[in-house]
Amino acid sequence: MTAILKHELRSYFHSFTAYFFGAFLLAITGIGSMIYNINQAVSNFEYVLGFGCIVLVLIVPILTMRTIAEEKKQKTDQLLYALPVTTTDVVVGKYLALLVVFLIPLLIVCAYPLIFAQYGDVYLPTSYGSLFAFFMMGAALIAVGVFISSLTENQGFAAGIGVAVVLFNYYSVTISEYVSSTALGSAIVLCVVAALIAFLINYLTKNENLAYGIGLALLAIITATYLYDSSAYEGLVPKIMTELSLFERFYVFVDGVFDLTAIVYYITVIIFFLFLSVQSLEKRRYN
Amino acid sequence: MITVEHLTKMYGNFTAVSDLSFEINEGHVYGFLGPNGAGKTTTMNIMTGCLSATDGTVKIDGHDIFEEPDQAKKLIGYLPEQPPLYLNETPAEYLRFVGEAKGLKGAELKKQIEDVMEQTKITEMRNRRISALSKGYKQRVGIAQALLGNPKVIILDEPTVGLDPIQIIEIRDLIRELGQNHTVIFSSHILSEVQTICDEIMIIAHGKLIAFDEPEKLTNQLLAPNEITITADADKETVGSILAGIGNITELTYSEKESGEYTTAHIKTDLDNIYDMSRAVFSAFAKKDTVLLEMTLKQANLEDVFIELTEEADGNAPEKRDAEKTDGETDKKDEALTAETGEGLNAVQEPVEEKPAEKSEESEATGE
Repeated sequence: MTAILKHELRSYFHSFTAYFFGAFLLAITGIGSMIYNINQAVSNFEYVLGFGCIVLVLIVPILTMRTIAEEKKQKTDQLLYALPVTTTDVVVGKYLALLVVFLIPLLIVCAYPLIFAQYGDVYLPTSYGSLFAFFMMGAALIAVGVFISSLTENQGFAAGIGVAVVLFNYYSVTISEYVSSTALGSAIVLCVVAALIAFLINYLTKNENLAYGIGLALLAIITATYLYDSSAYEGLVPKIMTELSLFERFYVFVDGVFDLTAIVYYITVIIFFLFLSVQSLEKRRYN
Repeated sequence: MITVEHLTKMYGNFTAVSDLSFEINEGHVYGFLGPNGAGKTTTMNIMTGCLSATDGTVKIDGHDIFEEPDQAKKLIGYLPEQPPLYLNETPAEYLRFVGEAKGLKGAELKKQIEDVMEQTKITEMRNRRISALSKGYKQRVGIAQALLGNPKVIILDEPTVGLDPIQIIEIRDLIRELGQNHTVIFSSHILSEVQTICDEIMIIAHGKLIAFDEPEKLTNQLLAPNEITITADADKETVGSILAGIGNITELTYSEKESGEYTTAHIKTDLDNIYDMSRAVFSAFAKKDTVLLEMTLKQANLEDVFIELTEEADGNAPEKRDAEKTDGETDKKDEALTAETGEGLNAVQEPVEEKPAEKSEESEATGE
């Protein structure tokens, strides 16, 4: 795993990727600090992060797009399979390298609240609390990006899908307000989601029976529970979308609350998507 | 060293490898021969743990590749068909990564990198980007990667494809050299190549092992000369009447020389000893006082064996072939091969005639 980690880091810092990513992140936090902390003289550094988090929509997919897609394209994944390392080593090694690339600019940003504290009252716990949450949210987004990269061998495609998924997640709360909150509307949306899950399973496992089985089971459950108690479905989809939003949970930190459940949620997302990435790589061995 | 038992790989309904069994001993160069799509790459990918098998086992020095991948993979160096190179790195950086991933550290890592670069003659290219290297050098970097960690077995998938004649010769020399300290298995669809480098040849077609022996034995056993070409100083009728007096001729074809003065006849026989036939032909012509200008026994080569075996496997192979071939015992296999020689030859005479064009293409490609 360390070999993979070192190799990935070397390749990020040999190319523009790491620098581009870091520069962008620093630029946006710099602009944010200028607007909020300097021009408007607001003493809350967390607002800067709240302002800057939209940039992750763009730069995380660009950072993660090549991770696994490039290996597939250059057929170097064969080397990884043949080497005495496990697929988990590969995915975790790559993921940790990405975290390092993400962490380095954040460490620089960590100096900002301290600098501002020299010139006024900055409440440091919320500043660093939200910085930590910002890191965790980024880590979760990176895990999603790694998984998307493992689905394809086309980097551009990986980046495009990545931006779309993260953007959807970013706006999911806004969108949820327009989604029908009636019980029937929610049930229909869930049915569509069930179909999408079945489609994804079919794509990943190439096992039609399994995909149909799970898809139909989900549809059956939705229909049954809807018929049993339709009131449970009222406003369900907007609620789920709010709950699943990685960004919405981050805004809680910006508001000055250290929400442990959000951290747990981020960790769950990370593990879930890394697990999926491992499966997606393993799948190529079992195609 | 390597034991493959009842290996089967299905892609959906397509069987890429079907009940393949063989055993490979230490310290030889093995050639894995078969037409494109025969299942060579699939088999090699399974043997190296890059691909799962639908059924069957692969054991490297007693370690199952699926059960104990770590120990098994440490014993193997693998160069896939397309060398898995990170193009924007230099050979030195690339080899460092592979070495580290194979668990090498510090001084040992440095020493091994130097050694394999020396062995594959890429030392002077060490600081160039791999993307800027020629195909031959890329291939060498790929082989160097496989050599790291000093694995007992080195598996090379079509290492000479796409190289120019000089590079091919260099890579072959390298393979021969590697064979002195490692067990080398390499696949190819070029026969002359396999014939020159390998101690033993495995021929695979349609996912089945159809022959496994030393190159000479394969040639001797499968294509003992059974055809005589004569040129006589007589017209076709005379030659025909003389030959009519000889038994055991299974097939007779003529090709007339330009003037019609001489006649060339191709005689095929089912006699076990071809000299019996040449003796009979000679004395028959002598009795009639007709001059034989030329008499040649058709010399078998591996290409004929290859075409014959793979085409036989195409469809009209007798059922017993599969049963006997896959049981993995070498001596039994030898028997089987000898037993099949006769019927095999007669069964596939015609397709052999169609092949010269393809053959010459292949030999041109190898520069031989």
